[in-house]
Amino acid sequence: MSTSYNNETDSTSSERRTKKYRSFSLSPSVNDESSCGASACGSAESESCGISIPKGEVSRRNLLKLIGKGAAATVAAGVGVELLTYRAYAQSGSTTTPNGLGTNGNMTPGMAAAMADPAAPPDHQWAMVIDLRNCDGCGSCTAACQKAHYLTPDQTWIKVFSMANNDGQTYHMPRPCMQCEDPPCLHVCPVEATFRTDQGVVLVNQDRCIGCRMCMAACPYEARYFNWTADVQYPTTPIPPTPQAPIPQKLGTVGKCTFCVGNLNNGLLSECASGCPMGAIYNADLKTDVAVNGLGSTVKLSTFLYNNDAVTFYPEQNTHPRVWYIVGHGQNLDTNSTTA
Amino acid sequence: MDKNSPIPPRDDNYSDTESAWAVDVREAATRGMTQKASRKWWLAIALLSLMVLAGVYAWYYQLKHGMASAGYNDQAFWAVYIADVIAFIGVSYGGAVISAILRLTGQSWRAPLTRIAEGMALATVIVGAMFIFPHLGRPERFMNIVYYANWSSPLVWDFLAIMTYTVATIIFFYIPLIPDLAIVNRHLGSSNSPMRRKIYSALSLNWMGNKRQRRLLHGSLTLISLVIIPLAVSVHSVLSWAFALTSRPGWAETVFPPYFVIAALYSGTALVIVTAAAFRSGYKLQRFITQRHFVRIGYLMAALGLVYLYLTFADMATEGYTGITTGWITQTITGRYAIPFWIYVLFGELIPIVVVAVKKFRNIKGLTFAAGGVVVALWIKRLVIVLPPATQPLIGSYWGAYHFTWVSITITLAGVAAVPLILMVMFRLIPILSIEEMEEAGPIGSIEQISDKTEKYQDTLLAGGRNLEHVKQKTPSAGLQMSGVDPISPQTTPALAVNPNVNTGGFSINPGEIR
Ligand code: SF4
Ligand code: SF4
Repeated sequence: MSTSYNNETDSTSSERRTKKYRSFSLSPSVNDESSCGASACGSAESESCGISIPKGEVSRRNLLKLIGKGAAATVAAGVGVELLTYRAYAQSGSTTTPNGLGTNGNMTPGMAAAMADPAAPPDHQWAMVIDLRNCDGCGSCTAACQKAHYLTPDQTWIKVFSMANNDGQTYHMPRPCMQCEDPPCLHVCPVEATFRTDQGVVLVNQDRCIGCRMCMAACPYEARYFNWTADVQYPTTPIPPTPQAPIPQKLGTVGKCTFCVGNLNNGLLSECASGCPMGAIYNADLKTDVAVNGLGSTVKLSTFLYNNDAVTFYPEQNTHPRVWYIVGHGQNLDTNSTTA
Repeated sequence: MDKNSPIPPRDDNYSDTESAWAVDVREAATRGMTQKASRKWWLAIALLSLMVLAGVYAWYYQLKHGMASAGYNDQAFWAVYIADVIAFIGVSYGGAVISAILRLTGQSWRAPLTRIAEGMALATVIVGAMFIFPHLGRPERFMNIVYYANWSSPLVWDFLAIMTYTVATIIFFYIPLIPDLAIVNRHLGSSNSPMRRKIYSALSLNWMGNKRQRRLLHGSLTLISLVIIPLAVSVHSVLSWAFALTSRPGWAETVFPPYFVIAALYSGTALVIVTAAAFRSGYKLQRFITQRHFVRIGYLMAALGLVYLYLTFADMATEGYTGITTGWITQTITGRYAIPFWIYVLFGELIPIVVVAVKKFRNIKGLTFAAGGVVVALWIKRLVIVLPPATQPLIGSYWGAYHFTWVSITITLAGVAAVPLILMVMFRLIPILSIEEMEEAGPIGSIEQISDKTEKYQDTLLAGGRNLEHVKQKTPSAGLQMSGVDPISPQTTPALAVNPNVNTGGFSINPGEIR
C-alpha cells in the first residue's frame, strides 16, 4: 500500500464527511431556553452541570443511589426541552431519536403522547458518553474489557483508534459498539440472532448465530469481530454463556460489546468505564438523564451533551448511536488516517 | 394424464420417425450410455473424485479449526467462498438463460446445445449452493434461516431465491428430458437393464409423442423458459443486495444488481462454450455441434462481455470522479488488488473481444480458449468485487488482507472438480443431446437455421458427410470440411441442397426445410 495513495483518500473522504457532519452538527443557538443553567439543571454551574463528587467517594455500590438522585433532581428541576426529547424517545421506543441535541424541539405528537404514558416498562435506557478531551489513548479500557470478558487480544469490544485531524494533530478515539437505535447489524441478520433489548442494548445470541457475517458487513463502525479460530483456550465458566455475558465465546459465531448491561443493571459501571484512569468514559441512562464515569463524576446527561457539543459517529449513516463523543480539541471524528 | 382416456394413436410422423437423421442423433446422444467407459473416462472420474474428497477433508479441517484456517480475519470477513457462490450460481444462470432465450426465440440451432447447457446449469447451481456451507461459521445451524427467518435480511431473500431457482433449474432440465427418456427406452431396448428401463419409463411419464403430449410439452417448456429468466435475474439481484444493502463504499452501489446479472450471463455463456467443446470432443459430437454454434454463442459472449465492461466502468466512474470514497477504487486499479483486476481486464475482456472480432481466431479452439479465460477471469473479478470493500478500513487507515490457504484453495478446487464430475456421470445416465428437439429441428435446423451462402454450402457438405464419420473423428478441428463431396462453389449450393436427386448420403432433405 502506498502512502501517497492514502493521503489522497483521506483528505477527500474526510472532506466529504466533514460536510455531511456539519449539516448535523450542533449549533449553540439552537435553543437558548434549554441551556443548562436556565431550566434543566437548576444548579449554579453552567459549564458542566456536573454533580462533582470527590474521587473515591463513589463506590460502585452507591451508583444506583446516585442515578436515582439524578433522576429526582431532573424531575424537581423541571424538564429541559432536550431532555424531553430524549425521554420521549426512550419511553416511546420509537426508532427516530434525537441525534445529538441539534434536533431539539422536533418532538412529534406521538413522542409527546408516549411520554405521557406512565406505563413505559424499562427503567433504564443505557447510553454512553466518551469525552475525547480526556482520552490519552492508554488502552486501559480495552485491557480491562478483555480481561473481564476473557477475550483474546484480537477480540475488541472496545478498541482505541489513533486518529489524526486534518491539521495533522492526533487524538485517540475509543470505539465500543454504538448500540445503534436503528442498528443495521440487526436488520441484516437472517436468523434474528442479533436483537435489541427494551433497554436499548443490541446483543448477539451466540447460540443462534449461523456465522454468516452479514452483520460485520453492515456495521459501519467495525464494532463486530468473529470467532475465527478454535485454537484459543477459553476458561470454563460456572454459568453458561448468555447474550448479556457471552463468556466463553463460541467458535464460528460473531461477537461484540454488550455494554456490560449486566453490570449496569446491577448498579455497576461497565468494565471500560471503571477501567479508564482518565474518566473519559461515562455510562449514561437516557431515562434518568444521568451519566457517571469511572472517577465518580456524575453529570446530568442532557446538559452535559448539550454544553459540550456532543456528536455521534458517522451520523450520516442514520444509525442513531447511543454513544456520544465529546470532541474538545476541534476533532471532527471522521478522518481516516491513523498514526498508530 | 387422464388414465381412463384411450391412449392416443402414435404420431408416426413425429418422434418415432426412424429417419436417417433420427438414427444418427439417437446413436450419438446415447453413446455415453451404451458404450463402455474408456479408461480415460475412469481416470478422469478418479481424479475428479479425489479432488472433491480432498475438498471435503479440507472442510472438515476448517470446521474443526475454525475459519481462520481458510485465511479469513476480521477485515477479510467475506472472501473466497462467497465469491465461489456468486461465480458458480452465476455460470448456472448463464447456462439456463441462454438455453431459455434461444428456445423462446425459436432458434432451432440451439437444439444440440440445450442439454449440455441445462446440465451445466444444474450441476453448477448445486455446487454453487453447496459453497454456502463452508461460507458459514456454523453450517450445522443452517436451518435457523427457516426457523427464525428475519425477513428484513437480504440473506433470507438469497436463501429463498436460490432455493426457488434450483427447483426451477431442475424442472427446466427435466421437461425436455421427458420425451428423450421414452425414446432412449425404445432405442436401447433390451440392452438397457430392467431397473433402468423402469426408472426411465416412470420418468418419461408415458410419453408417446402424440400431438397432445407434444403440445403439453411445448407449452410447459415455454412457460418454464419464461419463468426461469426473471427468476434468475432475481437470484442475482438478491445476491448483489447482500453487498449493496450494506453501507460499505464499493458495495453500496446502485449498479450492483444488473452488474451481477450481466456477470452471471457472461460467465455462463463462456462456460457453455467450454462445456460444449469438452463434450464435443469427448463424445465425438463434431458433426452435431459445429463451429458455427461456437461462433454464435461467442458473439453472444462478446456482447455480454462489452456490457460487463461498461458496467464495471460505470461502477467505478461515479465514485472515482466525485472522489467521495475512492479507497477501494485506487486499491483495485493500482493498489493491492491491481494484479487480479488487470488479469480480469486482459482475460475477461480484451482477449475474448479480440478473439471474437478477428476472423482468424474465431474458431473453436480460439473461442474455447477465450471462454475458459473468461470463466476464470470472472471468478477473479468476483473476488475483486468482494475483497477491496471488505478489507477497507471504515475507521482509521489500516487495510486488511486476505491470504489464501490450502483449505480455501482445496475447497474451491473441489467445487471446480465437482462440476465436470457431475456432468460426466450425468451423461452416462441420460442422453447428451436433446433428441426430441434435434429431431424436430432436423439436420438443417439443428446445425444451421439461417446462414449466409458459404455456411449453407458447408451444411450441405455436412449432411452429405454422414457416412464419413471416421474421417471426421480423426481430424476433429477441421470440423465441417470433411466430406467426400468435392467443394462446391457457394453459389451452386442452394440448388444442390434442394435438389432431391443429389445424393445427400442417406438424408432425406425435404426441400421445404430450407428457407
Ligand atoms: S453472523 Fe450471526 S449475528 Fe451476524 S448476521 Fe450472521 S447470524 Fe446474525
Ligand atoms: S455499532 Fe455496529 S454492531 Fe453495534 S449496534 Fe451499531 S451496527 Fe450493530
